[in-house]
Amino acid sequence: MAHEAGTALAGGALIGLASALMFSLSGRIFGVSGVLGGLLTPKQGEFAWRAALVAGLVLGGFVLRQALPGAFDISAVRPLGLTLIAGLLVGFGTRLGNGCTSGHGVCGVARLAPRSLAATVTFLGVGMVSATLVHLVMGAQ
Amino acid sequence: MKIILSAFTSGLIFAIGLGLAGMTRPTKVLGFLNLAGRWDPSLMLVMVGAISVFAITYRFMMRRKESLLGSPLHVPPRGSIDWKLLLGAAIFGVGWGLGGFCPGPAIVGAAGQAPDALLFVVAMIVGQFAHAWLTTRGSKASENTRKKGTLHHANQSIL
Repeated sequence: MAHEAGTALAGGALIGLASALMFSLSGRIFGVSGVLGGLLTPKQGEFAWRAALVAGLVLGGFVLRQALPGAFDISAVRPLGLTLIAGLLVGFGTRLGNGCTSGHGVCGVARLAPRSLAATVTFLGVGMVSATLVHLVMGAQ
Repeated sequence: MKIILSAFTSGLIFAIGLGLAGMTRPTKVLGFLNLAGRWDPSLMLVMVGAISVFAITYRFMMRRKESLLGSPLHVPPRGSIDWKLLLGAAIFGVGWGLGGFCPGPAIVGAAGQAPDALLFVVAMIVGQFAHAWLTTRGSKASENTRKKGTLHHANQSIL
């Protein structure tokens, strides 16, 4: 129990460190949905650093696969169709709301930005309703 | 070049952090979001850890006029809490609770061959494009309305 809490905090601290490095070195907010959005509708001077950030995430995924066996679930937690719909909603919603858990939830909340505070409370609350309902209806986690 | 390297390194560290924190596992994320099962507070601890570290750095950086590599500090504009923000966050929340993935962990998961993560990423990209398309359509429509108005006035002056 304590070990779990420890790794959660430590992992969180690393996430914070990554965001801190990004902002202190390049002046950019580490918001994944925004980074991705900027890659899909690219503008001059806005592409290279975003591509590099995503490349870092991808390499991180490879490393985790090799070095940390428990990093990923072994089987899918949701049926395929639900995952597809979820992806569409997350993609659309993060653009409309201009951020996600990293941009709003970590950086925005840390900055005490009113928009990010409002967004984070909203997606956390709605996320909880959504997940709880799925659990109750499907008997799934 | 240094900016590109720092972005790459940040992405890598971020991914490792996600993995260590268990956030690359939808099971763990949904363990927090699902209030009806065995509740797992881990996600909350992850956020506290992340927010704490970033908050300290941010306060330090905001005393400066530029980044350590000499770039401008791209702080998001203040802005009002409008319906787009709230609706967008709500839609994101629905999807997050449905799938157990949010953008970062989905990309990391896809690279790590997590089940259905790549599918999620593809769908997420489609969703982002859908929003971009709707936005350009909307601005073109209002542009046409303005143009029609100008033509109307021009005809009146000829008469």
